[in-house]
Amino acid sequence: MDDIAIELHGIDKSFGLVHANKDINLKVRKGTIHGIIGENGAGKSTLMSILYGFYQADSGEILVDGKPVAIRDPNTAISVGIGMVHQHFMLVENFTVLENVMLGAEDSQVLNKGIAKARTELKRLENEYALEVNPDALIEELPVGLQQRVEILKALYRKADILILDEPTGVLTPAEADHLFRILGQLKSQGKTIIFITHKLREIMAITDEVSVMRRGEMVATRNTRETSVEELAELMVGRRVLLRVDKGEASPGDVKLAVQGLTVKDSRGVTMVDDVSFEVRSGEIVGIAGVAGNGQSELLEAIAGIRKATAGTVLLNGKSVDVMGHRDPAELRARGLAHVPEDRHHVGLVLKFEESENAILGYHHDPRYLNGVFLNIDAIRKDAEEKIAKYDIRPPNARLKTANFSGGNQQKIVLAREMERDPDVLIIGQPTRGVDVGAIEFIHKRIIEMRDQGKAVLLVSVELDEIRSLSDRILVMFAGRVVGERSPDATEGELGLLMAGVEGRKEAAE
Amino acid sequence: MSTPYAKLPGWVEYGLIPLINLAVAFLVAGLVVLLVGENPLEAAYHLINGAFGRGEYIGFTLYYATTFIFTGLAVAVAFHAGLFNIGGEGQAYVGGIGVALACLWLDQTMPWYVVFPLAILGSVFFGALWAFLPGWLQAKRGSHIVITTIMFNFIASSLMVYLLTRVLKPLGSMAPQTRTFAEGGQLPKLDWLLSIFGLDVGTAPFNISFLLALVAAFGVWALIWRTRLGYEMRTMGHSPSAARYAGIRESRITVITMMISGGLAGMMALNPIMGEQFRMQLDFVQGAGFVGIAVALMGRSHPGGIIPAAILFGVLYQGGAEIAFEMPSISRDMIVIIQGLVILFAGALENMFRPAIARAFAMRGQRAAAVVQTRGA
Repeated sequence: MDDIAIELHGIDKSFGLVHANKDINLKVRKGTIHGIIGENGAGKSTLMSILYGFYQADSGEILVDGKPVAIRDPNTAISVGIGMVHQHFMLVENFTVLENVMLGAEDSQVLNKGIAKARTELKRLENEYALEVNPDALIEELPVGLQQRVEILKALYRKADILILDEPTGVLTPAEADHLFRILGQLKSQGKTIIFITHKLREIMAITDEVSVMRRGEMVATRNTRETSVEELAELMVGRRVLLRVDKGEASPGDVKLAVQGLTVKDSRGVTMVDDVSFEVRSGEIVGIAGVAGNGQSELLEAIAGIRKATAGTVLLNGKSVDVMGHRDPAELRARGLAHVPEDRHHVGLVLKFEESENAILGYHHDPRYLNGVFLNIDAIRKDAEEKIAKYDIRPPNARLKTANFSGGNQQKIVLAREMERDPDVLIIGQPTRGVDVGAIEFIHKRIIEMRDQGKAVLLVSVELDEIRSLSDRILVMFAGRVVGERSPDATEGELGLLMAGVEGRKEAAE
Repeated sequence: MSTPYAKLPGWVEYGLIPLINLAVAFLVAGLVVLLVGENPLEAAYHLINGAFGRGEYIGFTLYYATTFIFTGLAVAVAFHAGLFNIGGEGQAYVGGIGVALACLWLDQTMPWYVVFPLAILGSVFFGALWAFLPGWLQAKRGSHIVITTIMFNFIASSLMVYLLTRVLKPLGSMAPQTRTFAEGGQLPKLDWLLSIFGLDVGTAPFNISFLLALVAAFGVWALIWRTRLGYEMRTMGHSPSAARYAGIRESRITVITMMISGGLAGMMALNPIMGEQFRMQLDFVQGAGFVGIAVALMGRSHPGGIIPAAILFGVLYQGGAEIAFEMPSISRDMIVIIQGLVILFAGALENMFRPAIARAFAMRGQRAAAVVQTRGA
């Protein structure tokens, strides 16, 4: 058991002036699940890309099974038994499972022979590791959890003994994640070595045998998972102690600021995404919407914010109706006191190619403060951006830097600064801390609570149950497009989990 | 960190890389010349000499460049809003109607400086009109602008044949063209501008619309980077979903952008009609609308890049004609091949050498950093 599957010695890698990996040493023992944890930008993905041959290290040595190897490209990595399951799947959507698994490993110019061979091999792998999936199903018809299973099968088909999983649970529902953990346990018991990359502490505690922590390109510690704690790991990740619980006082709800009545949203295929949803948000309270991703929360948020059409229902903002079915101008909603932090900051909340200052006025570019007639008042825009940068501690503090060059947490702060500094009546926020590092999460949570205490009505959507529970004053649970229950934030995780899974909700509806 | 290549300094990005691309294009073009059994150095000499050898040649080069600045700006404006307007050819052609109408109406009674502003307005109006229709069709009906603008090129061509053979042609004339304009419809040459440098413009039709092109280039810069409309256009061009989020109406921006683009393409007509031929002839655009696409690509859709790119194509047109004249075995078609190679290397294969150059700079950066470190120690 004490054999070392992978050993890294002094791995060093720079991109220009960015020192992504500094003198990394790592030992991964055979037949274990080894977690690698760190904030976004700590260098986890770079290190794994070096191990899988996407990048070459500037210096350092890689040993597989005790033998030094030069991994020049993914093909070499595969040939020494390393397989990778990417965060964003590398699958051909309109190919079947079988076709995807054998893609690039067809063995002959004539497909038929290879297909027959691959089918038997796939069958064997499925039996051996309990990874059932229909080999003739099209990828695009499979749920995300099964697509990931195909990725794992792909690696096993190429005879991988060492599997690298890069943030594998980011796209999964909690149930799917549990299933993945069972699969990984199974693989481990069959003698496979697994490297598990994540920034979620809970997953590390749940599944790994050992854990290595990365911080700013350095490997700062390796611990036996059983002998460490969430608090210690969090501290190692950020280099200081962070509050995982949020301090907040009692809410003092006032008037209804946002009222949603019978809102229904259908997508382009006519599938009902939001089904007759009604609720109210009062000033001075945070209402959280919990639910497994894909149960209509995103569509609900977008319909309220005016970037998606509703098919029925009304939304009242400050007691006045907002047309949710016809054409609506998000600019007008902003003028009426609705601020929106969208779930997808990369494609919706920001224009990544813009300078920071240009994003700081996105949606508010009609404000006369930023204009000289039809011209932009560049000085005023930059000055305003610099004030926000200072107030929200956005780093690097450079209003002229391209937005794509900021880290996830700082990008999110750019959006938050823009929406919060407008003194809105209603603030709707989607996934406030997705892809954001621990240090920024604390800051963002504090700001959200400050908004509440200033008497704003806050509607919060997040797939992180911890976040919903620690921030919200009331929790609505969505399942299959409907609000299936309301709970106080003191409700247990198990209770909420059953609601989110649609178990409790169905019973309640039946009664 | 997710970007594999470090950001390059400005002079490399906008200076060195285009120059390398250009050098490779000329190298390959030289091989082609070699292949037909001619001396590439001699061809290069004729190209450069033909474009810059005399004041007159420079005048021709800048005359062509003027045309390409207009069409290049037209394509670039649309690019910024994420629209690919390849109908510059048709828009410039139809823009000619506005120029011709202004000239035919007033050339005998008014001086050029009265006719010219009206001709500008006319060219912009007709060019914008010809781009408005595809823009509107895309905004309201979802018809893709690439398809519709191409089709509108053909419609423009047929429309102009009709107008020039039936309506705008003087009675009794056999040629498909308007009558020749009187003095009021003729733009003054910029001979004084060249004479500052001691050059003689000779017969070259280098005229005042060159200055208009420079003004238009500045106007486009101001529009894109300094106005609210330009901000909305760029937002839509980079991210339609972010534009929707910001309350920017896609249909409105599409239509407005296309009209500005068409108006710029239309202004191109001023140069040949009022500056060279003093009448509107059949097919006076001669592919300048399409060259505009290459110019915009090469100039990175920035006016500061479009002007030198337009001059480069002016060199290729004027110097290329000289090669064809001096070296008969190199036909006009060979010149088109050379132009094609420039477009290929500077436009389509723009990123071919970038990784290698970026690596070289990353290594240099590291060495510099290492030096700093050792000094620090």
